[in-house]
Amino acid sequence: MLRRTLLASAAATAMLGGMAAAEGHEPLKIGFVFVGPIGDGGWTYEHNKGRLAVEEAFGDAVETVFVESVPEGPDAERVMTQMALEGADLIFTTSFGYMDPTINVAARFPDVMFEHATGYKQADNVSVYSARFYEGRAVQGHIAGQITESNVIGYIASFPIPEVIRGINSAYLHAKEVNPDVEFKIIWAYTWFDPAKEAEAANVLIEQGADVILQHTDSTAPQAAAAAANDAGATIYTFGQASDMAEFAPMPRVSSIIDDWGPYYVARTQAVMDGTWESVSTWDGIGAGMVGIGEISDAIPADVKASAEDLIARLASGEYHAFTGPINKQDGSVWLAEGETASDYGDDGLAGMGFYVEGITAEVPQ
Amino acid sequence: MFGSIDPILLLASLMVAATPIMLAAIGELVVERAGVLNLGVEGMMITGSIIGFIAAINTGSPWLGFLCAALGGAGLALLFGILTQVLLSNQVATGLALTLFGLGLASLLGQGYLGVKAPAFPDWNIPLLGDIPVIGPIVFQHDPMVYVGLAIVAGVWWFLKKTRAGLVLRAVGENHEAAHALGYHVVRTRLLAIMFGGACAGLGGAYLSIVRVPTYADSLTAGAGWIASAIVVFAGWKPWRLLLGAYLFGGVTVLQLNLQAAGVAIPVEYLSMSPYIATILVLVIMSAGGAPGSLGKTFHASR
Repeated sequence: MLRRTLLASAAATAMLGGMAAAEGHEPLKIGFVFVGPIGDGGWTYEHNKGRLAVEEAFGDAVETVFVESVPEGPDAERVMTQMALEGADLIFTTSFGYMDPTINVAARFPDVMFEHATGYKQADNVSVYSARFYEGRAVQGHIAGQITESNVIGYIASFPIPEVIRGINSAYLHAKEVNPDVEFKIIWAYTWFDPAKEAEAANVLIEQGADVILQHTDSTAPQAAAAAANDAGATIYTFGQASDMAEFAPMPRVSSIIDDWGPYYVARTQAVMDGTWESVSTWDGIGAGMVGIGEISDAIPADVKASAEDLIARLASGEYHAFTGPINKQDGSVWLAEGETASDYGDDGLAGMGFYVEGITAEVPQ
Repeated sequence: MFGSIDPILLLASLMVAATPIMLAAIGELVVERAGVLNLGVEGMMITGSIIGFIAAINTGSPWLGFLCAALGGAGLALLFGILTQVLLSNQVATGLALTLFGLGLASLLGQGYLGVKAPAFPDWNIPLLGDIPVIGPIVFQHDPMVYVGLAIVAGVWWFLKKTRAGLVLRAVGENHEAAHALGYHVVRTRLLAIMFGGACAGLGGAYLSIVRVPTYADSLTAGAGWIASAIVVFAGWKPWRLLLGAYLFGGVTVLQLNLQAAGVAIPVEYLSMSPYIATILVLVIMSAGGAPGSLGKTFHASR
C-alpha cells in the first residue's frame, strides 16, 4: 500500500515537473552521472567542470544535478531512473560502462534526452560523444620515445575497452617512430579510480625500469608516486591524464591530455532549449578543441618540444592522422596499407579496436 | 620471463603495501574482540587520511600528521561509540552510516588539498640491520610507520593474551552479561576499544595519503577499509593470522602488478582477482576460530 502511494506520488511529481517545464516556468533540469568523485583531479573532475560551464552559460535557466562515484552496473540504472523520475530533461552519463544502463533507461523514458560518453550505442533519445584521446596519446608517445633513457615506457591501463587499447596503440606507434628500441610495459589496474593501486602500479613500473609513465586511470596518484621517486633521486616523467594535473609540473608531469567537455555540454543544452536536439554521434579531437594538450614543460629538451608542437599542429589541422599506414596488427597481418588511414567504424575501425599493433609484446586481456 | 622483477624490491614493497590494511584491521580486531561490530572502518580511514594529510602539509611534519589522523579517527569512532553504546543504536546501520559520513566529511575537508604533494617521509635505514645483505633491504629499510604497524600488532597480541585488561576486554566481547555481572564496565571497555579501532583506522588512512600514494584524492581509500574488515573475519580474530592475511593480500597485490609489468603469460583477469582468492583460501583453510560471542549485540545493564 505504502509502496503504491510512493510510486503514485513519484509519478505525479514527474508529471507535474513535465507540465511545468512545458509551460517554460521551470528551469531545464540536467542530470550528470559520474563514475568517480568530482575531486578525483582527472576524468570526473573535468566532466564536472563541463557541468559548471553549463551552469555559468545559462544561469537560472538550468538546474543541474549530479551523482558521483556511481558503479558501472545495475546501480547506474537505478541512479539514472531516479534522475529521470525527478524530472531531468537531459542526462549525461559519463563513463563507458554506463552504455547498456543508459540504453535501458532511455527506452523507458522516451521524453528524456540522454548523452552517453565514449560508448557506441545510439537510440532516438540517446546521443553518444567522445573525444579522440588517441591524438593526445600520439603526442605523448612522440615525447616519451625521445626522452626515455631506459627505453622502457610504463603504461597504467584501466579496462581493456577500445578507447584504452587505441590509446596504447597510438602511444606505442609514435614512440616507436622516434625510438625503434622502445618497449612498453602495460599494467591493467581493472579500475578507473583507486589511488593506492595506481600508485603501486607506478612504483612497480619504475622498479622494472620504466622512466616514463603513461596512465589511463583517473587519479593523480601515479604523478605523486613518480614525484616521490624523483625526490629520492630518480628521473621519472609522467603525463597528466584527462585533466592538466599542473600541480605536478614541470616534473614529473611534462605534458597532459585535457578533456574539455564544457563547449559540448553547453551546445547540447542549448539544443534541448531550442527544441533542435537530435540523436548524434560526436567524436572530436585536438582540432575541435575537445582534446587539449597541456603545456609541454621545460623539463624536456627544446627540440623535442618543438617537434611535439609540430605534431599537435598537424593533428589539429587534419593534415596527419594518428593511425596512418603502413601498420600491421600484432599477429603480423596487415591492418593499414601504406598511406591508408584508419576508419572510425566498420571491421577493424577505431571505434571497436580490440587488438594491439605489431611490436607490442603483451596480449590484450580477453 | 621473470627477468625484470627484482625479488628484493618485490618483498620490500609487500611490507609497504600491506601496512594500511594491517593498521585498519588490527584496530577493528580489537573492537570486534570487545563485542562491537563497527562497519565504519572505511569512513574512519578516509577521515584519517585527509586529517593526517592536512596536518602534515600545514606543519610540515608527517609525524604530527599521523598523530592528528589517529585523533581524528578516534574522534569519529567515539561518535559511533556514543550512538551504539550509550544511545543503543543498531551497530550495523550506524557503522554503515559512519562510512558514508566519513566519506562526505573527508571530501569536504579535502577541498583545496587535491593534487597537493605530501611532505617527504624518508625511509629509515636501520643501522647494522639495514646493512645485512638481502634481508636488510627487504625488512629493515622502510619508513618508520611500517614498524609502528608491526609494533601495534605485537602489542595487541600481548595485550589480549597476557594482560588482565585484555582478558576483561575479551570477556566483555564473549559474554557481556556475564562480564557485567562480575562488575566489569562493559560500556567503558567498549568505548575505549572503539576509540582504539578508530585511531588505528585513521593511521591506516594517513599512511595511504602521506606515504603510499602520497597525495590526497577523494575516495582515496577505495574500499581498503572493507578489505580490512574482511581480513579480521578471515583471520579468525587472531592478531598473528591478521598479520599473515594483510601481508598475503598486500604481497599478492604487488606480485600480480609485477607479473603484469613483466609480461608473464597468465591472463590478467586471474592475476587481478588473485589477492582476494589467495587471502580467503589461505585463511579459510587455516580454519580460524569463531566470532566473539557477543559480537554485534546491543548491551544495556538493565537486561
